[in-house]
Amino acid sequence: MRTRVLCGLALAGALLGPLHAEAHLVTTGLGPVYDGIGHFFLTPEDLVPAVALALYAGLRGARPGRFALFILPAAWLLGGLASVAAGAEPRFPLAPVSFLALGVLVAANLKLPDAAVAALAAALGLAHGFWNGAALAAGPGGLGLVGIAFALFAVVALASALVVSLRKPWTHVAVRVTGSWIAAVGLLLLGWTLRTAH
Amino acid sequence: MRRAKPEAVLALLVLALAMSPAHAHVERGDAAGFLAGLAHPISGWDHVLAMVSVGLWGAQLGAPAVWLLPVTFPMVMAFGGFLGLVGVPLPGVETAIALSAVLLGLVVAREARPPVWIAAALVGFFAIFHGHAHGTELPAGQSGLLYSLGFVAATGCLHLCGIAIGLVHRWRWGRITLRVAGILVTIAGFGFLWKAIR
Repeated sequence: MRTRVLCGLALAGALLGPLHAEAHLVTTGLGPVYDGIGHFFLTPEDLVPAVALALYAGLRGARPGRFALFILPAAWLLGGLASVAAGAEPRFPLAPVSFLALGVLVAANLKLPDAAVAALAAALGLAHGFWNGAALAAGPGGLGLVGIAFALFAVVALASALVVSLRKPWTHVAVRVTGSWIAAVGLLLLGWTLRTAH
Repeated sequence: MRRAKPEAVLALLVLALAMSPAHAHVERGDAAGFLAGLAHPISGWDHVLAMVSVGLWGAQLGAPAVWLLPVTFPMVMAFGGFLGLVGVPLPGVETAIALSAVLLGLVVAREARPPVWIAAALVGFFAIFHGHAHGTELPAGQSGLLYSLGFVAATGCLHLCGIAIGLVHRWRWGRITLRVAGILVTIAGFGFLWKAIR
């Protein structure tokens, strides 16, 4: 129980801690790997979808959790490196779509097969990695992406393990309520994006 | 998957909370961040009373309504917010918000027990108007995402407050107190209604 409370507090801290989203890259002074880790934890556009995927994988069980644990960081790194190499500048508003889709999945606790969870992790990793790579190309570059992959591994491991370990029904409800909040943020963010575009 | 170690969780928490970005620019606009979004839903008593009432009613109804209503409200409210943000007009918003306080207070006062889908539909219907009002009121700013995160978190916490207060429903004095609270919300709702149609 103590571990679960600590895990919950850590997740809340990770989500609520970064109070300022930065268009600029984070410079920790500790090198590009730590800059990448800092960038990930201070960018809710990336952090929240990763946590949402981990929550969903955890709700589906230990096996999908393991898939997400390894596939998401690898795909993120791959997408990022492809973006750095291509010098891409993607414009599509990825964050609202990720928030909405993953939030709905968590809230509804849709019973997707394990392979679909793995495919979802790959798609999320590739897409966000591609967007990240474009942002990091001017700063920490490839090593920053390695830092992000490490951070992702830690976050997904903690969040999915926490959900897998939950036994009481109300704790699953709490996870699904969190999903509904994430979906709600995605919907509002989509509105913001459309309003700003006009 | 094994349980996460508390030490690892604490390390993540410290990492997440210790980072604070340096700002090269001064933030301007009310929608600059998480705290502004957090403050918005609690800035009007009509919204506060309606959202707390949703939690109270959920606690009175018990499972599954106790979690279905707080899941429904933020998602449908975000849809209303989306409509407001993209400029889709909705007639009689202020009147509907006042009516929501009247009716939600009334169902709490009467301890009404309709089928869950009717309760969810009622809550969802009024959530659209609350969301639309917030969506049209949201000021231009720098970070729609952090603002939305704060906004949804505050809304959800208001429901949780209602549910927490509603836990007194297990005692006889608690049931009476909740019904009296419902009457007070209804009276306040009539006050908002008078103000809206005057």
